[in-house]
Parts: sequence; C-alpha cells; structure tokens
Amino acid sequence: MKRFAALFHALDAANGSRHKQQALLAYLAAAPAEDAATACWLLAGGRPLRPVAAPVMRAAAQTAADLPDWLFDECYERVGDLAETIALLLPAPAPGDDLGLRRMLVGHIMPLRELSRDDQAAGLRALWRQIDGDSMLVVNKLITGAFRVGLSRQGVVRALASHSALAPERISQRLTGLLASRQPPGADDWYGLTAAGDDGDTDALPCPFFLAHPLTGEPAPRLGPAGDWLAEWKWDGMRGQLVRRGGVSHLWSRGGELVSDRFPELLAMAAMLPPELRIDGEIIVWPADAERPLPFNVLQRRINLKQVGRKLLAEAPACFVAYDLLGIDGEDLRRQPLASRRQRLEALLATCEDPRLRLSEAIASDDWNALVEAREAARSRGAEGLMLKRRDSAYGEGRSRSQARGDWWKWKLSPMSVDAVLVHALRGHGRRAGLFTDYGFALWDRPVSRPDAALVGFAKAYSGLDDAEIRRIDSFIRRNTVERFGPVRTVRPELVMEIGFDAVAPSRRHKSGLAVRFPRILRIRDDKRADQANTLAELRALMPAEPG
Amino acid sequence: MRRSDQLPIELRPAGLYCPAGDFYVDPWRPVERAVITHAHADHARSGHVHYLCAAAAADVMRARLGDIRLQTLDYGEPLVVGRARVSLHPAGHVLGSAQVSIEIDGHRTVLSGDYKLQADPTCAPFEPQRCDLFVTESTFGLPIYRWPDSATVIDQIRNWWHDNAAAGRASLVFVYAFGKAQRLLASLADGPGPVVCHGAVEALNRVYRAGGVTLPPTRAVDDGIDRAALQRALVLAPPSAAGSPWLKRFAPYADAFASGWMQVRGQRRRRALDRGFVLSDHADWPALLQAIDATGAETLRVTHGHVAVMVRWLHEQGLDAGAFETAYGEQPGGDG
Ligand SMILES: [Zn+2]
Ligand SMILES: [Zn+2]
Repeated sequence: MKRFAALFHALDAANGSRHKQQALLAYLAAAPAEDAATACWLLAGGRPLRPVAAPVMRAAAQTAADLPDWLFDECYERVGDLAETIALLLPAPAPGDDLGLRRMLVGHIMPLRELSRDDQAAGLRALWRQIDGDSMLVVNKLITGAFRVGLSRQGVVRALASHSALAPERISQRLTGLLASRQPPGADDWYGLTAAGDDGDTDALPCPFFLAHPLTGEPAPRLGPAGDWLAEWKWDGMRGQLVRRGGVSHLWSRGGELVSDRFPELLAMAAMLPPELRIDGEIIVWPADAERPLPFNVLQRRINLKQVGRKLLAEAPACFVAYDLLGIDGEDLRRQPLASRRQRLEALLATCEDPRLRLSEAIASDDWNALVEAREAARSRGAEGLMLKRRDSAYGEGRSRSQARGDWWKWKLSPMSVDAVLVHALRGHGRRAGLFTDYGFALWDRPVSRPDAALVGFAKAYSGLDDAEIRRIDSFIRRNTVERFGPVRTVRPELVMEIGFDAVAPSRRHKSGLAVRFPRILRIRDDKRADQANTLAELRALMPAEPG
Repeated sequence: MRRSDQLPIELRPAGLYCPAGDFYVDPWRPVERAVITHAHADHARSGHVHYLCAAAAADVMRARLGDIRLQTLDYGEPLVVGRARVSLHPAGHVLGSAQVSIEIDGHRTVLSGDYKLQADPTCAPFEPQRCDLFVTESTFGLPIYRWPDSATVIDQIRNWWHDNAAAGRASLVFVYAFGKAQRLLASLADGPGPVVCHGAVEALNRVYRAGGVTLPPTRAVDDGIDRAALQRALVLAPPSAAGSPWLKRFAPYADAFASGWMQVRGQRRRRALDRGFVLSDHADWPALLQAIDATGAETLRVTHGHVAVMVRWLHEQGLDAGAFETAYGEQPGGDG
C-alpha cells in the first residue's frame, strides 16, 4: 500500500502531465503485477462497489478520533473532504504489515460491504489501526470513492503503452474490458493488458484515419474538373471510427481514444449494423428533428463527461455522420476507389432508418461555381465549409505527403484557424479585473515527433470566451503558472485553443516569422493535447501561394 | 474565584488592557504603555509611547519599529508597574517572544502571545507557567492540526532540495521573513548548494546573527552567484515576493511553502505550488491543550484563531472559558 500511496502523493503534487507520466511509469516498473493492474484500473476510473456508506464511515471515525459531533463537523467543514478529515484526525497508527494495493482492496476494503453496519464500524476502526499515515488518506478515498488524482484515462493509456511498447489503441481496448468490471484486476489481467501481439477475434482497433489538407485560395483550375470530386459538408464535430467486430461495437476518436462509453446511444444504434464493419465519420450533436447540428460546445459537454446522465442524453443527442465505408464482412475496402466505397455505404445506410446514423450528404458538384456558392452557405447549415475528396482515390493513412497531389481537402470558410497552445497570460481590466483574460499562444516550430520541437509564440488574443470559460481558464492559469515576469505569467503548455484570424503574412518583427491579422479565440480544444497543436509550417501553409 | 467582569485583563478598543498596571499587551491602536509579546507586525505595532519587551527581542523590535522608547526585561526578571508585578517568560515562537505574566495580590494572569512547544534552534523554548487566568492564542485550534515531527519535515525539505539540485533547478521556499526563515536556515546547513535570501529575510538574518544566533552563511542575489550555483540554490523569500520579478532570475525552480496551513491538501492545491511543508511556529491542537493544562488555570480566555472552537471545547472540559476578540492576524495569510 505504501508504494501506491507514494504514487498518489506524487501524482497529487506533480504539476503537468509529463511529471505525472513519469511518476506512473516508475510505479508500473516497480509494482507487483496485480498491484500495477489494480492501480491502472483505479486511475482510469475503475471502482469497486462502495463498501461503506458515508454516514457509517463518519460515525466510525468520530468514535475512533474520540471527538464530539460538533468538533468533528468543524473539522470536516474546514477540510472539505471526509477521507482527508479522517486521515488528519485519527491517531497515528502503529504500522503493521505493508499489504499490497490489491490485497488491501480485495482483502480488507471490499469485504466491509458484506458486513452489518455495526461490524462495518468495527472493521473500519481495525483497518485504521493498521495502516501507516501516508496510506491513510488513500485508503479512505478508496472507501469513500472520492478518488481523483488529475490523471485522465488517456493518461493511463499513454503510460501503459509506453511501459509495454504497445499501440495506445490496443491498450485502450484492453483496458475497456477491465473497466467494465467492479472487481479489481489481478496479475493475469496485467499480463493480458500488456502482452505483445494482437487480440485475435476480438481485435477491434481502428485503422489509421485519412486526413485532409487545408485548401487555401481557389480550387479551380488547380484541382481539375469539379466532377472529379465528391463534395461534402465539413462538420465541426469529433472525427470518429465505428468498428464492429464479432458483433461488438467500438467507437474510436481520431486521437486513438476509445470513446464508446461516452456515446451509449451510438452504440445502441450500431447494434443494428452488420457484425463486421468499419465506418469513418463524424460524431456531432444533432437532434432527430433538427435541420442542423448543434454547435461544437454542446458536443464538448458530452466529450468531457465520462458518465452521461439521462438529461444530457436528451439535451445533447449524438449522431454519427458516416463519411466512408472502410470495411464490411471482413473485406477491407480501403484500396478501392472512393466512388465505389460510397455506393456501398449508401446501400448499407439505405436499409437503416435511425436518426442517430446519417449519411454524409453529397453536394452536387458539376461546376466549381456551384461549390463556391455551397461553401458560402455552409455556416447557415452549421458546417465549417466543404470537404473535397477525389472520387477515384483510395483511403490513405494520415495526411498524404504531397500537397500538390492531395486527394482530400478541407475547404473551410474563413476565418482561418489553427490549434495553438496557451503559454502566457495577463490579467484583464474593468469587469474582468483580477481574472486572466489576455492570452499568448504558441505553435510548434517543427513536427512534434522531433525531440527538439519547441513552442514559439505567434499571437495574442483576448476575445471570444464567455465568462464561465474565462473563469475556468483563469483557474487553470493559477494552477499552472510556472513563472512570473511582472504582470505576465508563463503557463504550463497544456491547454489548446482554436485561434481564428483573417489573414497570415510573413513578418520580421515576430519571432515566429509570421503575423496573423485579428487573432481571436474560437473555442477551447479540451479534446486536444499540446502535442496535437499545429506547427508554424502549417500556419505558413495557410498563406496564399507566392506568385510565380 | 473571580467573576468574569472582574478579570485583571479587559478588552478595550485599543487592545487587551491591565487596569492595575495601566498598560496594554500587544495593543492594536496607539497607547501610552505597551507590553509587547513579540515583534510580528500584528502584535508589535508602531505609535505607542513606551514599549516593554523581552531583552532578546530588543534588536528585532528596533529593526522593525525604528527608534522607539524601549525598556527590556530578561526572561523571569520582575518589574512592578502600578499594583501589578510584571515578568516575561519564553514563548518559543520566534526570537525574543514572551508570555506576559501579571501578578496582582497573589492572583496570576499569563498572556501567551503566540507560542509553540516544538524545538526551535533560534529561540528559547516555551516555559509553562502556573497561573489562575491564561489568555491563549488559538491560531491552529482544531484537532486536524497535528504537526509532524519537525526533524521529519526538515528532512523532507532537505531531500526535496537535493532532488531539485540534481535536476538542475533551484528550490524556492516561501517563508515568513521573521522567525520561520531563520528557523529553517539554522536547521538546513550544508545542503547541495548556496542558500540565497531575499532582502526582507536577510535583514532579519543580520539581526539574529547580531543577537548571537548561529545561522549558516547566506548569499544575496547581487553577490554575483554564477548560474550553475543558482540552479542548486535554496532560495528563501517572503510570500509577498510571489509573482515579483525578483524570482525571475532563479528559473527554472521548484517552489514550496513552509507553514502550518499546508497541513490541509486544499490549502496546498490552492496555492499552485509544487510542495507544501508542514512547519509552523504556532502550537498545534495537542500542544495547545498540553500548554493550557500545564498552567493549571481555571479561567481561560482565547484570542485569535479558532476562538469559538477552543472556547466550546474548554467549556465542555468544565473550565471557565471565554473569548477576547482581538485584532491579531488569524487567517491563512497570517504567520503560520
Ligand atoms: Zn507571531
Ligand atoms: Zn499571533
């Protein structure tokens, strides 16, 4: 237990995801298999059934601490957390044997659930007498269930992937199996979680997403005849891949995160589809009777919540807009031309009448003028612009190397935008005095895969957020300040925002070598990590091509 | 037994007043005669006509309040003031801190000022005084405040300093410039790098050294310390330096706060610091109870801190307990 308690305190003290990763990796390397498995399960959100009700625990603690009611309440009020209050109040125990995490959980904490209330109280007091001071807080938090350490499920996946040298997607899928259980995983589960090789019949990893290049300037004559292209709306949602394997559905994000749990209605919808299937599409919030989807910030509420309540499901119903059929009945269609994949997708969806699954509309594209007009109308349809996909193209991997021969283009409406990392902050004035409202943003100076990649400031922006968002960012800045220069704070580069602007031009005055016009914050990208922000080269690519 | 309205100490707008001797103890408004328990700003204010404090506090008092009319007493040395016999006794809080004893017709009152029972190499240890009325502070008067052994905390700080130095970053500790800083210094000799003090801390270091307290060598930033040394340095700065350009030169650094308030996780997290070390110059809950018990006093009055909690607790123990609403600092911003 001591080792896990030390991990908990290290994660609690660590600022920044890199330090948290290091702490978890060190723990995984040192802990016995069953404890490593249980630790990952807990950190990723796994919980046993609550062993003891809070009032029972509170009463037992009050007796053990030998304090009157009112004084216990004063303490609780001051601390604000029952588990911590108890840890602070109980007399320092004489440390007994140091049980491992899993044995503590399975052998001592979970069995409390089966006892009568009186026996629970006695059991708790016995437990408190034998754990050391550092473990006390963690054990209490495991009992109350209020166990949070600021490490996301994806953070656990990343550490596991790095520990086992496996793809994060594979880890994510395996972890999902473990998290479905209320029983802490054991040593066998650990070997299963980190074993090399694929998962045979149950393997349902996403294939790499094909990505589009941003199109700037006019498509004609560069892209040839308009008839060569399939034009679709570019939705402002979350790119996803729906994978069905052996009749089981998995919903993956483009970042390789398994998001099935967050969209139960999409899983229910998918159950009607063929058992072996792979569809590329976009997850957006789109009520059945609405003409257009709801804006991204509504979807963001769904993305941020691990558990979706009935109310949110009704207010923000998700829909999967199908772009492309990548595989069906065990057949991989990715090498086939888009036009034939599209035909089979249409045929498949024609049999399925469910508002939670929509076919991405093909926009008539006989000539470029019609498409220019369609693009202008995109905003009124709740779209960001158009996607242009070459009808005879195969489904590639990632962003195709050569822009000149690009098969997929995103032809967004201006403003142009990039995803940038918040690096500086300054306090505002007037109504927002005291809050951090003015921000500096940075982009990567080279591909993030390079070890020497660094963030370079490129724009300051202050408008575009509502009060609640500003308060949230303000608290993030307070918690993540690394340095202070007079009024300016340097912030841990973790938060990504989409920055819109009207134009980009070369500039000698800017360290980035580029100046953007009227930069503004379009939205907070909680779904992106700093290493998924854009590069300066990508910003430069938004400039109109040089003449000649 | 005396009735409460006949206590030898009463609360007046300017502070706690002793009618028999016509003087105040730690008054917060200017008065004719002030007995000062210790030189923290909320207890020792400027503007009084005559000051009386412990001899060991004289230098700090002058350093903080300038050229005041100051009379001093050695610990235990009596002085008759009107009908009262006054003496000062070590409180263990900071250099020169004292409990004030007031004897009138065989009845003894002791005002604690701020105090702690933990060992502190920079000041005389707390000496319990038998008395009839004990006026105690209650800054940390809740059972959640139970200090870890100070040697353990010093080890934590030392280990953290070593880890930071090995990682090439300075170790910045926010501490109260008077008292806590010198206590840390005296306990942290021979670390992996130099100890650099903010000007506010160094000013007090000089007073301590002049008063015969041994402190390890410290450096000021303008000493021209080279960068490599700075990255192994322990930097002591007052909390008011947070956010100031003075800190810029130490980057990269890890930061921490050493205070009793760091006992509660929420307090640690709210400050967005890398670490919180639980080290206080005040008595924790068990020490408060121990000190109160050792006085044998049947009448207790509680000042700044968790007054209501302490009063109710003592009352339930069958003691005559009440409150004095003082104006001394008591919130997490105060000295902890
Ligand atoms: Zn004080
Ligand atoms: Zn005080």
